[in-house]
Amino acid sequence: MSVRIVFLGKLADLAGVAERDLPAPLDWQGLLDAVPGPLGEAVRSERTRIAVNGALLADKSALSAGEGDEVALLPPVSGG
Amino acid sequence: MARDVRLLAEPFNPGQFVGPFTNAHPGLGGVCTFVGEVRGGEGQDAGVEALELLHYPPMTLPGMEALADEALARFDLMGILIIHRTGVMRVGEPIVLVSAAARHRRGAIDAVDFTMDHLKSDSWFWKRERRGGQWHWIEPREQDHADIARWG
Repeated sequence: MSVRIVFLGKLADLAGVAERDLPAPLDWQGLLDAVPGPLGEAVRSERTRIAVNGALLADKSALSAGEGDEVALLPPVSGG
Repeated sequence: MARDVRLLAEPFNPGQFVGPFTNAHPGLGGVCTFVGEVRGGEGQDAGVEALELLHYPPMTLPGMEALADEALARFDLMGILIIHRTGVMRVGEPIVLVSAAARHRRGAIDAVDFTMDHLKSDSWFWKRERRGGQWHWIEPREQDHADIARWG
């Protein structure tokens, strides 16, 4: 089992994939280590939010994902 | 039918939804409806071939439902209808429809304004447009943030 990472919006372009699995457990540092370069910068950006299983984290550096969890990386939105 | 919130992956005809929504609220004093469409043709919008809206199923529809509940709690409404497209759209196709029914006009008008501002910059959608065969992500505009700030 692992943690499913979902890249939304332009983060999917930067990642080259829409989803990727990382080993569980996964914390903020583990996530950063897995996303080098421009993707890492975008993930660090204060405008990028993180949700675990559909629930938004107030503080993304508190990320703590376990087996089977889905971690969504959410760049700034533009709807309507 | 106090709340009707939908995500649609196919083109829709706004009248097909507004008619039944209106009929479901006998005794209403007013219905306010806004329809947003894919803009094209002039100035910075010239050359737009298509627009694509992406969403995140675990959060997008639940977030829209919470927004509808917020509008119902905040304004004096009989009902609210929110329809939002996903997927690829052409110029002139409807993207979003918000309709509010109320006993008095002010609640309906303000609820639609409030809901649109929150759909633009506080809902889980990502928009990109295609020009010359290339897709470009659309960033939120400063104006969108200023609009939402009006609601405190």
